[in-house]
Amino acid sequence: MIHQYKLNGYNIVLDVFSGSIHIVDDVAYDLIAGYETQSREMLITQTLEKYAENSAITRDEIEECLADIETLKNEGKLFSEDAFAGIAKVYRKRNFAIKALCLHVAHTCNLNCSYCFASQGKYHGERAIMSYEVGRRAIDFLIENSAGHHNLDIDFFGGEPLMNWEVVKQLVAYGREQEKLHDKRIRFTLTTNGVLLDDEVTEFCNREMYNVVLSLDGRQDVHDRFRRDYAGNGSYQKVIENFRRFVAGRGNRSYYMRGTYTHYNTDFLQDILHMANLGFTELSMEPVVCAPGDPCELTQQDLPVLFRQYEELACEMIRREKEGRGFTFYHYMLDLTEGPCIYKRVSGCGSGTEYLAVTPWGDLYPCHQFVGDEDYKMGDIYTGVTNTALREKFASTNAYTRPGCETCWAKLYCAGGCAANAYHATGDIQGVYEYGCELFRKRIECAIMLKIALMEEKTEQKDPGNN
Amino acid sequence: MKRIRTIETRDLNKSVKTGGCGECQTSCQSACKTSCVANQACENKNK
Repeated sequence: MIHQYKLNGYNIVLDVFSGSIHIVDDVAYDLIAGYETQSREMLITQTLEKYAENSAITRDEIEECLADIETLKNEGKLFSEDAFAGIAKVYRKRNFAIKALCLHVAHTCNLNCSYCFASQGKYHGERAIMSYEVGRRAIDFLIENSAGHHNLDIDFFGGEPLMNWEVVKQLVAYGREQEKLHDKRIRFTLTTNGVLLDDEVTEFCNREMYNVVLSLDGRQDVHDRFRRDYAGNGSYQKVIENFRRFVAGRGNRSYYMRGTYTHYNTDFLQDILHMANLGFTELSMEPVVCAPGDPCELTQQDLPVLFRQYEELACEMIRREKEGRGFTFYHYMLDLTEGPCIYKRVSGCGSGTEYLAVTPWGDLYPCHQFVGDEDYKMGDIYTGVTNTALREKFASTNAYTRPGCETCWAKLYCAGGCAANAYHATGDIQGVYEYGCELFRKRIECAIMLKIALMEEKTEQKDPGNN
Repeated sequence: MKRIRTIETRDLNKSVKTGGCGECQTSCQSACKTSCVANQACENKNK
């Protein structure tokens, strides 16, 4: 399977199953498009007709290009066959080692964001705080069930995790002690709304947290539309200086400023640029996922606008990179040469198998987005995973089991997508959240184009005469 | 090749043998917490 598209002056051909990416001229683009469906003679005739006014496009030229296409096909870099369906069937089932936990240290929040998937941090339940004892048992549970994994991930999440700060610090200290005893490396991460991000928290996080996610939606009016305190006051002014101080203390690295865009700000590029103009360089902006009919729900009419925003974002990033003031956008961070292996690409985030969420009282769920839905309770940190049928279902859910993914060129970039999004959109974790897929495909197209443009820029800088 | 330039990418077929160690960061932990694999770094130095 291949995917061809034109963007920002580039003709791009992606070979889905080898991962190869080709930049081609117009003639090669047309020949590749018809290569598998038309006869050689028909292709040559059509191409000669199309480029009749270009004397450089001769039969010999076309035949040379066809020979190149054949060479790439023989090398497995074009029209390559899918050899990965077997891997998808067995990989998640070969063992159920756990390598990541999302610790819900606080089911409470000091903000009252109306679009919060976690129902203002309480997950449709009562306010709750994780005790040190529960957190410690969760770390023990992770290590006991991690099998041969050396790298383990623990995310402090909520609600607002800084509302249980003393326990967070104690759990980090316990984790550091245990990782030495068991030859593990724990990567602690934390997601915060920034309200309580003072100097002491900053200093601790910059020493201990592998990554920190800072919630900011962008421009003040956009941020304050949803992110308000219980008195109804916007939180932008409260958090923005905290974030600046935090990021400066962190050396401007290993964080993400993460926003949510909704139907109310389909011009979300302006929010990303607002963050960049404030000096933040590690940025992420996510489409809202909410109940159908919610006023902030993204609509079909929004899609072309959003596509254009993603394209303009990529072009703006190229411009700023050239000017020496580039920034990172999470979804455009493709590592073409050192990126994920095929196992990761077919099996996804590992929710429900190697990645679980832990409630303040120690119950286990497939991930943070299922917490509060009793149908998705998997067990607890004392007795382990007891709902093995549910674990089996998550282990069997990937890009090769979702019917909608069969013909999708992007399936080895998304691994079938987010189970929680599929569940909330279709009622089934094996469903397909098509709206999210549309946005994802556009982001990958832009990300590949961005990588190509920046690689060309580097080549140009190295050898300015060779263009 | 005159009309086709191939960008260097990780060979997915080769990674059948060299991949699968599971030491990479869980994608949902890294930034977005929603709509999460392509932007994950591989930690297997033997690929």
